[in-house]
Amino acid sequence: MSENATHITEYKTLGIVLVTLLFFTLITIVVTSFDLAVWNVVLALVIAGTKGFLVVTYFMHIKYESLLLKILVGMVFFLFALILVITFIDYAYR
Amino acid sequence: MENELIHKEETRDDTAAKLGMWIFIFTELLLFGGLFIVYSVFRTQYSREFHQAALELNVTIGAFNTIVLLISSMTIAMALTALQKNNKKLSLRLIGITILMAFVFLVNKYFEWGAKFHHGIYPGSELMMKFEHGHLLYFSLYFFMTGLHALHIIAGMVLLSVIFFRIKKGIIHSEKYVFLENGALYWHLVDLIWIFLFPLLYLIT
Amino acid sequence: MINATTTMESVSYLDHKGKYKGIFAWIFATDHKRIALLYLYAISTFFVIGAILGLLMRLELISPGQTIMTAQTYNGIFTVHGIMMIFMVVIPGLSAIFGNFFLPILIGAKDVAFPRLNLFSWYIFITGSILAVLSQFLRSGPPDTGWTFYAPYSTATGTNVIFATTAAFVLGFSSILTGLNFIVTIHRMRAPKMKFFSMPLFPWSIYATAWIQVLATPIIAITLLMLIAERLFKIGFFDPAYGGDPILFQHMFWIYSHPAVYIMILPAMGVITEIIPTFCQRKVYGYKAIAMSSLAIAGVGYLVWGHHMFTSGMSETARWVFSLLTFIVAIPSAVKVFNWLATMYKGSIDLKPPLLYALSFIFLFSIGGLTGLVLGSLATNIQVHDTSFVVAHFHYIVFGGMGFGFFAALHYWFPKIYGRMYNFRRANIAWGILFVGFNLLYFPLFIIGMQGMPRRYYDYLPQFQTGHVISTIGGIILIIGLFLMIRNLVLGARKGAKAPANPWNGSTLEWQIVSPPPQENFDEDPLIKNNPYDYE
Repeated sequence: MSENATHITEYKTLGIVLVTLLFFTLITIVVTSFDLAVWNVVLALVIAGTKGFLVVTYFMHIKYESLLLKILVGMVFFLFALILVITFIDYAYR
Repeated sequence: MENELIHKEETRDDTAAKLGMWIFIFTELLLFGGLFIVYSVFRTQYSREFHQAALELNVTIGAFNTIVLLISSMTIAMALTALQKNNKKLSLRLIGITILMAFVFLVNKYFEWGAKFHHGIYPGSELMMKFEHGHLLYFSLYFFMTGLHALHIIAGMVLLSVIFFRIKKGIIHSEKYVFLENGALYWHLVDLIWIFLFPLLYLIT
Repeated sequence: MINATTTMESVSYLDHKGKYKGIFAWIFATDHKRIALLYLYAISTFFVIGAILGLLMRLELISPGQTIMTAQTYNGIFTVHGIMMIFMVVIPGLSAIFGNFFLPILIGAKDVAFPRLNLFSWYIFITGSILAVLSQFLRSGPPDTGWTFYAPYSTATGTNVIFATTAAFVLGFSSILTGLNFIVTIHRMRAPKMKFFSMPLFPWSIYATAWIQVLATPIIAITLLMLIAERLFKIGFFDPAYGGDPILFQHMFWIYSHPAVYIMILPAMGVITEIIPTFCQRKVYGYKAIAMSSLAIAGVGYLVWGHHMFTSGMSETARWVFSLLTFIVAIPSAVKVFNWLATMYKGSIDLKPPLLYALSFIFLFSIGGLTGLVLGSLATNIQVHDTSFVVAHFHYIVFGGMGFGFFAALHYWFPKIYGRMYNFRRANIAWGILFVGFNLLYFPLFIIGMQGMPRRYYDYLPQFQTGHVISTIGGIILIIGLFLMIRNLVLGARKGAKAPANPWNGSTLEWQIVSPPPQENFDEDPLIKNNPYDYE
């Protein structure tokens, strides 16, 4: 069975991650309540990205998975970013 | 048949099961990714209207739902830890809490949508057809994105219920838990998408 | 024969007795080889129907004005021809049939990673196909949008668009699950000594294809959902009257549908890469270059969708960027063509039917590819956009490429699948007729396209008639060739002479086991070589 066993994440780790996530949620609500023009979107997305990173890394155990899986996850997000950028080559210059 | 079953047991490959689940998650991410592309295009074209329309959403409800989902995400992760540590009872309890949280989320969503419907705002309604363009597109996106997300919540609840009973029956146990692991991955995905939906829909005022 | 002693006891997958009997032994089968045949029969049926619909269109176009059908029927037929051929034939085609059958065998596995999911994909495929067929017969009439479902027309027309798009959505789901299955199979099921770089090149091409299936299909899924919602609720995403953008639909549609072209062609290239070394008895030239070019085509192919939209009103910058990216895809494609030719150099070439198909693939694919560059450069694109030049181009790629690749695969692996051999002379004759018919059918379309014949038009100016007549005659010849080929294969499968385990003297793993393969593929561990094409 050893081959099929995976890393066990401790309750405490999961708890800390949750508290961090809740903290970030609070921050994002507070920050976006001020009018910072374009920076509102940037900050909101950076915070959401950080939260997403925490979820993927700890809740979804990607930290303890094989290098292959880490690369694949990165690739998917990179690919999505690429499609978005290329789409905007049209919309930004129209 | 007997032989075949034994054979399958021998070649059980949890890594393969997990890799398969991750690839499925990729497809889900890109499914929502398509919506995020549409969102970004209209958001840049109609940013003023989007800001105004977002004022009509209740940040408190959105924030409450975010907290509910984040907690449920942790409880399902803990359910896996509990099962791995051979604490079946705790694991079942944590999955139960997760499903309950999902239900709370949906009830909340129901009231949020219900209030909008009550004011005549729903896709194809007469009022919406009279909206300014950006305003209309914002609400179309809001209903489409949160609606599709809610469908995923429901799918996740069904999946977790199946897992709940399988653990109860002892089909999933501390030596063989990849099904729970995959179910949990799916649930985290639902949470992950909400993490992005929340600021993009509620916090752009 | 290598396994002479063990083969006596093993039962072939065709004769294997499982839990179910009769037809249920097939439709409940989880064996990858049986599922492959289920796909083969379903897809061949759709292909024949699609080809007949194509012939009907050609007959209509033999003279200007109404010939055998009304304009609305014509619109319906070109739409269903497109939907069937694209979503039900060429996209699943090679990967679901030959990928299913030979991917596990070529990497030394007993089955795919998730056999039951594999069967489930087939059922989803059939469900989607039934929906697509139903859309033809329901009350409001067959969809008339073309297979591209372009908004805003698709949001406004009164025909069964919702049914057809739901069908495409369901078929996409099947495609995703097949791709998922293959990726996991390649990562986890390879025989112990089989490294990534000792895999044959067909699995490599299936691997690249599977990634496109998984990563591109969700985008069309969400696009079709939006289109359905647009029709049902007026959400306004693609309707300028509500501030939406029809060009956005084109972006979303082609983000999937351009990579879909590579879903079609990559497995065909993989097949050709298997056939050429076998019939030249030469080690494949530039193994790593071919393997990597598959991944490169998949990767860059994902980013070039805009070249379908040069005249749509997209921004100037986007147009040259997409044009540039399009030219980059030509590089890995050319790498493959040159490597095939280099493999043949100084080989002992044996012109059997599979090689004939493979060589005609290279010829037709090169014509299709080079005319693709005409379409990919901005200035010439404006001239030939939406003319029959485009029709000719993509039929050279899709039919001349994927179609002939499919026939090549069928003739190459036929003795392994059925354990019998077809008649070579008849196969050669059928090939000759197909090849001549094909070129007569599509080449004139290049010429009248350059002269200005628009695509999808029901009526045309008299000056284009000569081209259309030649094309229609080609179409009839093609159908005759097709009929002869299918007849020969059916006869071969039923009454052909027993085929030996390795009729072509191939070096890859499928030729190490008996024909047809035993239920579990390998009775003993296969011999894995470092280079799968070791002839010297």
